[in-house]
Amino acid sequence: MFLKLLYRFRTRLVEHIDGPLLAISLALMAFGLATVYSATYDANSRALSQLLNMLVGLAAMWGVAQLPPQKLMRFAVPLYILGVVLLVMVYLVGVKINGARRWLPVGFTRIQPSEILKIAMPLMLAWYFNKYEAALSFRHYLIAGLLLIVPFGLIAKQPDLGTAILVGAAGFYVIFFAGLPWKVIIGMTVAGVSAAPFVWTMLHDYQRKRILTLIDPTTDPLGSGYHIIQSTIAIGSGGSFGKGWLAGTQTHLEFIPERHTDFIFAVFSEERGLLGNCILVALYLLLIARGLMITANASTLFARVLGGSITLSFFTYAFVNMGMVSGILPVVGVPLPFMSYGGTALVTLFLALGILMSIQSHRMLVKK
Amino acid sequence: MYIRHSPLNSRDSELDRFRFRIAFAASVVVLAFAILIGRFIYLQIIQRDYYTTRAEDNRISLVPITPNRGVILDRNGIVMARNYSAFTLEITPSKVESLDETIEGLGKLIEILPKDRRRFRQLLEESKSFESLPIRTRLSDQEVARFAANRYLFPGVEVKARLFRQYPLGAIASHALGYINRINKGDLAIIEKHEQEANYKGTDHIGKTGLEQKYEFQLHGETGYEEVEIDAGGRAVRSLARTVPVSGNNLTLTLDARLQEITEKAFGDRRGALVAIEPSTGGILALVSTPSFDPNLFVDGIRTEDWEQLNNSPDRPMVNRALNGAYPPGSTFKPFMALAALELGKRTPNQTISDPGFYNFGGHVFRDDKKGGHGLVDMYKSIVASCDTYYYMLANDLGIDNIARFMGSLGLGQKTEIDIEGESEGVLPSPEWKKRRFKRPEQQKWFAGETISIGIGQGYNAYTPIQLAQAMAAVANDGVIYRPHLVRYITDSRTGEKTLIEPKPLRTLPWKQQNIDTIKNAMIGVNKEGTGARAFSGAGYVSGGKTGTAQLFSLKGGDYKAGNLKQELRDHALFIAFAPADQPKIALAVLVENGGFGAQSAAPIARMVIDYYLLGKLPNGPVQDDETPEEEE
Repeated sequence: MFLKLLYRFRTRLVEHIDGPLLAISLALMAFGLATVYSATYDANSRALSQLLNMLVGLAAMWGVAQLPPQKLMRFAVPLYILGVVLLVMVYLVGVKINGARRWLPVGFTRIQPSEILKIAMPLMLAWYFNKYEAALSFRHYLIAGLLLIVPFGLIAKQPDLGTAILVGAAGFYVIFFAGLPWKVIIGMTVAGVSAAPFVWTMLHDYQRKRILTLIDPTTDPLGSGYHIIQSTIAIGSGGSFGKGWLAGTQTHLEFIPERHTDFIFAVFSEERGLLGNCILVALYLLLIARGLMITANASTLFARVLGGSITLSFFTYAFVNMGMVSGILPVVGVPLPFMSYGGTALVTLFLALGILMSIQSHRMLVKK
Repeated sequence: MYIRHSPLNSRDSELDRFRFRIAFAASVVVLAFAILIGRFIYLQIIQRDYYTTRAEDNRISLVPITPNRGVILDRNGIVMARNYSAFTLEITPSKVESLDETIEGLGKLIEILPKDRRRFRQLLEESKSFESLPIRTRLSDQEVARFAANRYLFPGVEVKARLFRQYPLGAIASHALGYINRINKGDLAIIEKHEQEANYKGTDHIGKTGLEQKYEFQLHGETGYEEVEIDAGGRAVRSLARTVPVSGNNLTLTLDARLQEITEKAFGDRRGALVAIEPSTGGILALVSTPSFDPNLFVDGIRTEDWEQLNNSPDRPMVNRALNGAYPPGSTFKPFMALAALELGKRTPNQTISDPGFYNFGGHVFRDDKKGGHGLVDMYKSIVASCDTYYYMLANDLGIDNIARFMGSLGLGQKTEIDIEGESEGVLPSPEWKKRRFKRPEQQKWFAGETISIGIGQGYNAYTPIQLAQAMAAVANDGVIYRPHLVRYITDSRTGEKTLIEPKPLRTLPWKQQNIDTIKNAMIGVNKEGTGARAFSGAGYVSGGKTGTAQLFSLKGGDYKAGNLKQELRDHALFIAFAPADQPKIALAVLVENGGFGAQSAAPIARMVIDYYLLGKLPNGPVQDDETPEEEE
């Protein structure tokens, strides 16, 4: 009786969980925990609290995985509207910290509504395309673009270029997978390139400076170039096999800024070397490959475009972060998925994993 | 655009299109990650060495370890300059946001006086950009502890153990030792000239005058280095390696510190100078210039008040009179004149003149100090009684060229090349000198009448006390002349090897021994029955001497209004001496500014010095002027 109960419980527990996705993300988390420990153990260790964040995230993932995509769809519109309303409120009454208005005070704490949009945006667009699946016309892509541009603009205005790029990319991926004609994509690319000088004049000074110092970090070695210089030194001095765990001099002598959050890759890379980097990149590649496999086999348009967008978001996070830390992309505040310390971002990532798992495990239900 | 005609058919083709997009996205992902891997290979394989060096440069900082400055000892091993370690509170201005607030905050923990602030401001103006500057020196243990407990409140402020120079004898021998002070731009140029920049990385003091300056590169030592791991904030985390500094070499002087002290005390509050030389080596036994100053005042930056007081005092304590002051030698010139006469065959010892108390030359009367004259005067009497008329005539007979040539060979009117800076040449009068000295042709001509007063050490004659002492030593040493020097040997701090400063004779003057003996004998007579007899009565040794009085000649025409007017009008008193007579161990020249007759104030100082040096006899205080009327010189 008891054994039977236990068996049922176990079946229930793993029913909607995707083995490969879980295994890859657990491997990434193991790397992440070890690196967070290395980055923080000599000051105030964050490894334990990151472990707690992971457990919370795993629970959230499990929860979301239980929900069939049809139910997820119901959250799309309210979540999107909530996110946009909160963003407007941030614009009006937000708290300004370090020159950026990103937070909304809620009694005892404050929240960052842009985080909601990371999930709400692809969800909303996926819902929208699913709704008009039968008769998609060019008009729908335009409206989708409008739905995308409003929160994107609000977030970029805060200013929070990193999150704006992530949200914008997530939305764009949905539109792309929903079949945005190639002609339009190519046209937009051409238009984008030619509009670049115009956009340049609209950027904030600090954003321009980031791009300029990216091109030549040595122009401002003590100011905004400092981060890039120190992180490339950390990566380069790591060599083939790294300096060893807890042995990175750039890390432990505090030359790397934000070393447990946005720049954690510099820590990892200094201590694990090229070998570690390759393993890490391979894990992300596996994660993305599994995500795309799930997406390709998904049964509804909603599931396909949502799954594709979420999977490519993982790529965006990983590529933008590693690119900026190694000095080939400008410094924007993008965390490295499953590695960087931070509860909110981690939970968002697990929610995304949960959605993918839900898509995978509920794909047959539709057909039945 | 994507309106389907057949639901089934269109569904498959749409799925194909979708899967094509997935494949496209996948290839973008692979391409992007390939770029990343390429970047990693570039950074971690190709550029690895470069970045490893950069990382090492980041974390390792070379901290110079200042060597101990060499110690200065007198000839008997008495310490005259040494170092002691003390804690200083230092601020690195570049690491501090608000200097005023930091100093204000520190002031609540540790006493910081207005003079400390003023000195800090002064140092701030002079400093190189990244050094740390002392706001307080010589912290007590309590103060160190109080700061340590609150250190976190003061980034950019630290307590450092620093070595300080100390001159245990205070003002004694300060003109010989000199002093050290913070390195300024001029010093930096000297350091660069000697290619010592690297060695002075951690050094902030340098010898400014005296031996501290002259032997700077011996005393300094070799700077050591510590490789320290530092964090991004520049704080030292741990030491990785250490190159030990090599202490500076020690100097052992020819100077006798006790003799020096006794001599300085003998001067009391008189202004003057004394140079005592060991005739057989040229080693300087005492080098006195009064008033002097306390070199300890300079060690951690002299206070403005002290500096102004030293520089504005009418007594000019910073001037080294022994080297820099040029005075007419007065009658101390006579023994050298007499020797010249003997050597050049212009006089014999027994040749006498008749002195009516004056000498008439070209219608001008040159008076002897003694009214009515000395009567019949031979060479012995001319020195013992200091007869002027004898020397007026002799000067005329010798002629200015002979006098200049002979006195020049004694080293008068030229730098002695003693091993400290700041010597003046003095004036050895000659027609050539006059041509150099004056610009207008009518001033350049030498008049025969000018030669006459040269004979008694007046006129254009002006010599430094050290030149007189050197000339005296040359006669005492039977014509073998040495370069006066202060350092006897240098001890290498690493090997303990002693490098003797070899007393090399500068030249041996080709004098006949009997002529030298005649002069020495006459000088012995001075102290036995002449103008020096009162000062040297009852001495337990035989000595030779000569008194002198220089007509008023104030230092560099300085104005002495602040002092006693009556005293200022008095002449400078001089005395030269050697002892013991048969084998001289000491030769000296004394000058007392405005001291009146040489016999009155200068000779008693010489007596005290020789008494101590030969007999170890200690004086009972400063020399009292012999105020009893004296036979005139």
